[in-house]
Amino acid sequence: MPREHAVHDEHDEHHSLPQLRHHFETEEQQREAGSFGMWLFLLTEIMFFGGMFMAYLLYRNWYYPAFAAASNQLNVPLGAINTAILITSGFFMALGVWAAEVRKKSTLVLMLVLTAVFGLAFLGVKSDEYYEKYEKHHIPGNSFNISEFVNPPINAKTGKPTEEPLMPDMAQKTQVFFFLYFAMTGMHAFHMIIGLFLLVWLIWRAQRGDFTSGYVAPIENFGLYWHFVDIVWLFLFPLLYLINRHPFK
Amino acid sequence: MSATTIVSLPDQATAQMPKRSYLNNEHGLLSWLLTADHKRIGMLYLLSITFFFFIGGAFAGLIRLELLTPQPDLVASDTYNKFFTMHGIVMIFLFLVPSVPATLGNFLLPIMIGAKDLAFPKINLLSWYLYMAGGIFTLASLVLGGVDTGWTFTTPLSTHYLNTHVLTTATAIFIAGFSSIFTGLNFIVTIHRMRAPGMTWFRMPLFCWSQYAASLLMVLGTPVLAIAIVLLALERLFGIGVFDPAKGGDPLLFQHLFWFYSHPAVYIMILPGMGVISEVISTFTRKRVFGYTAVAFSSVAIALFGFFVWAHHMFIMGVSNYSALVFSLLTMLVAVPSAIKIFNWAFTMQKGSITFETPMLYAFGFIGLFTIGGLTGIFLGSLGMDVHLTETYFVVAHFHFVMVGGMLMAFLAGIHFWWPKLTGRMYPESLSKLAAVVTFIGFNLTFLPQFVVGYLGMPRRYHAYPAEYQVLNVLSTAGATILGVGYMLPILYLGWSLKYGAIAGNNPWQATGLEWQIQSPPLTENFLETPIITHEAYDYEWLEEKMKLEKQEVTHVG
Ligand code: HEM
Ligand SMILES: [Cu+2]
Repeated sequence: MPREHAVHDEHDEHHSLPQLRHHFETEEQQREAGSFGMWLFLLTEIMFFGGMFMAYLLYRNWYYPAFAAASNQLNVPLGAINTAILITSGFFMALGVWAAEVRKKSTLVLMLVLTAVFGLAFLGVKSDEYYEKYEKHHIPGNSFNISEFVNPPINAKTGKPTEEPLMPDMAQKTQVFFFLYFAMTGMHAFHMIIGLFLLVWLIWRAQRGDFTSGYVAPIENFGLYWHFVDIVWLFLFPLLYLINRHPFK
Repeated sequence: MSATTIVSLPDQATAQMPKRSYLNNEHGLLSWLLTADHKRIGMLYLLSITFFFFIGGAFAGLIRLELLTPQPDLVASDTYNKFFTMHGIVMIFLFLVPSVPATLGNFLLPIMIGAKDLAFPKINLLSWYLYMAGGIFTLASLVLGGVDTGWTFTTPLSTHYLNTHVLTTATAIFIAGFSSIFTGLNFIVTIHRMRAPGMTWFRMPLFCWSQYAASLLMVLGTPVLAIAIVLLALERLFGIGVFDPAKGGDPLLFQHLFWFYSHPAVYIMILPGMGVISEVISTFTRKRVFGYTAVAFSSVAIALFGFFVWAHHMFIMGVSNYSALVFSLLTMLVAVPSAIKIFNWAFTMQKGSITFETPMLYAFGFIGLFTIGGLTGIFLGSLGMDVHLTETYFVVAHFHFVMVGGMLMAFLAGIHFWWPKLTGRMYPESLSKLAAVVTFIGFNLTFLPQFVVGYLGMPRRYHAYPAEYQVLNVLSTAGATILGVGYMLPILYLGWSLKYGAIAGNNPWQATGLEWQIQSPPLTENFLETPIITHEAYDYEWLEEKMKLEKQEVTHVG
C-alpha cells in the first residue's frame, strides 16, 4: 500500500516519523488514539478483576472469622518485601518513560532491564510464598488441611492456643479464603508474566533505538499497563494480608 | 426544511463497476487472511458468522423436530439438552453478538465518520482470529460429544453434575469474548479520535451512536463474563468452592456475575440493529430521523440502564424479596429509552415519502416484532408475572421476538441496504421482497404460539410435554420450516447477485451518509482525500444541492 503521508508531508515542513501509520492524519492523532485505547483496555481489566474483588468482599462478610484466621497465615514480611519490590520496579518503569522522552537510549534500556529484574524478583518471592502454602496444606482441594484452624498450635510459654480455634464448619471456610487468595494473586502474577514477555520485546526494540527518536508511545502505553498491575497489588496486599490483622490474646 | 423532498432514484443503467476497489486491490487467499483493511475484515466476519448461523439454525431445526410430538421420540433427553445448548451458544456468542458490529460496523463505521480505517487495524484482525478460535473450540466441543449446560452455564450443574465438554466450550466463550472486547475498544477509540474535520458528535449518523453504545457494553460487560468463566473453570478443574455451597461458596454469585454480563449483552445484540433501522427508515422516508438527539442519547441511556437490571433473570433464584422488588422497578426504566426509539421512528415515517424497498420491509418487521418483544419484557420484568412465566416458553418467545424478530430482521435489513456498497451489485428486488415476507410470516407462526403455550405452563428445556400442548407446538414447528426457507433464500440470491446482480453505482438509494458519496465497492483507502463535513446527518437538501452541482459539472466537461 502506498504510504500516503509521504505525500502530505511535502506541504508541512514538520517531518513525520516512519512509525506513523497510513490511516492516521498526524502523529498526535496516532499517539492519542494509542493511549486512549490503552486506558480503555485498563478499564476492561478493572472489570475483570472486579468480579474477584466482589467475591472477596461478599465471602469475607459472610465468613469473617475464617477469613481473619486464614489471613493470619499469610506471610506478611514476604508480602511487604514484595510490595517494596514492585514499587521499585514501577519507579524504574517511570524513569524508563522519562528516558525515552529525553531520547537517552542506554538509560532507557537500563531502566527497562531493571524494571524486568524487579518484576522477576517479585515473582520469585511469590512462588516461595506459594510453596509455603503447599507445605502447610493450604492449597484448596483434597489435600487441604483444616486441623490447624480447629486446633491451633499451643504457645509453650502461655499454654494458650496462638489463634482463636474455629468450629470445623467455619474452619472449612478458610478454603474459600485460600481459593480467592490463589485466584487473585495468581491472576495478578499472570499479568506480570505477560508484562515480562512484553518487556523483553521492548528491551530488544529499545536497544535498536526504536523509541529514542521521538516515538515513545509503546513505552508510555506499556508503562500504563505496568503501573496498573502494580496498583492491583496495592489493593491485594492490604485486603489479603493486613485487614483486621490482630494477634490473638 | 421541506420534509418531503422526493428524490427520484438515479438511472443505474449507466453505472459501471469501478476498476479498482478494496475487493481487487490485492489477490489471493493470504491477502485476505493477513489484511488489515476494515472492509475486508468485515467481509471475513460476514462469511464466518453466516457459517455459524447455519450451524445454530440446524440445531434449531432439530429441536423443533423433536417437539413436533409430545413423546420423546427423536432423541434421548441428554441429546436434546446438547441440542439446545449448542443452539444457544452458537446463536448468541458466535452469531448475534458479532452480527452487526463485526460485519456492517467494521465495514461502515470508519467510512461513516470519514476515516481511512479503524484506529487499530491489526487488533481488528486479531479479533477476527480470536472469533475463529472461539468458533473452532465450539465446534471441537460439538465433535467431541457436545455439552449440555444450556448457554447459561448454570452452576452447580456445570461444575459438579455434568460429564460433558464444559471446559472446551467455556474456553471457546472466553476467547470469543476477547474478540468482542477488542471490537468494542476499537470502535470507541475510532469514534473519539478518528472523526474527519467537521464530523461533530451530533453530525454522526445514528448508526455510529448505536455502535458506540454497544461498544461501551462490550468493553465494560464482557470482562465480567470472562472472569465468571475463569472461576467456573477453576471450580470444575480443581473443585474449589467459590460457587459450591458444600464448601461455603454460593451458586448465586455465579448467577450475578453471569447476568451482569448477559443482560447488557442483550443490548450488545440489539443496539447495533437499532442503528441499522435508523439509517434505513431515514433513507426510505427521505426525512431526517425525528428527534435525532433523543434517539442518539437513548442508545447511551440503554447502555447505562442496562447495567442495573441484571437480577431480573434471578427473581426465582433466591435473591432477597427486597432486591427483587428494586430490580423489578429498575427493569421498567430500561424500557423507556427503547420506547423513545420506536416512537421517534414512527414520527419519522409520518408524512414521509415512504418507499417499500426490501430493507424497509425488514425494518417494518423489526419495529412490529421488537415492540412485541419489548412489551412482553415488561410482563417478565414485573415481579409477580415473572414468577409465573419464568422458565416457560413465554420467556423463549420473548427473547426470540427481540433477538430474531428484532435483531435478525435488522441485520437482514442492513445487509440488503448496504449490499450495493459492500459488493457493488444490487440484489434481485422481487425475490428479496418475497424473502422478507416469508421470514415475517414464518417468524410469527413459530413464536406467537410459544407465548400461549408458555402462558399455559409449558416449561422450556424439556424434550417431552403433555399432549394438550401439541397443536401449538405443531404450529410452531411448521412456522420454523417456513422461517428456514426465508433464511435460505437470501443466501441463494445474494450469492447469485455477486456475479449477475445489476451494477449498483455509488448511491443507489440516494442516501445522505458519507459511505454513499464514494464509489461502490469502495477503494481500499476509502476516500481519495479526507472529507470535510459541513452538513448534518440525513440532510436530504444538502444531497440534492450536491447532485445538482455534480450534474452541472458533468455538462461543463461534456
Ligand atoms: C425492552 C426491554 C426489555 C425488557 C424489559 C426485558 C425483560 C426481560 C426479563 C425480565 C427477562 C427474564 C425473564 C425470566 O427469565 O423469567 C428477560 C429474558 C430475556 N431477554 Fe429480555 N427484556 C428486554 C429486551 C430484550 C432484548 C433487546 C433482548 C435481546 C436482544 C432480550 C433478550 C432476552 C433473553 C435472551 C432472555 C432470556 C435469558 C435466559 O433466561 O436464557 N431482552 N427479558
Ligand atoms: Cu435481562
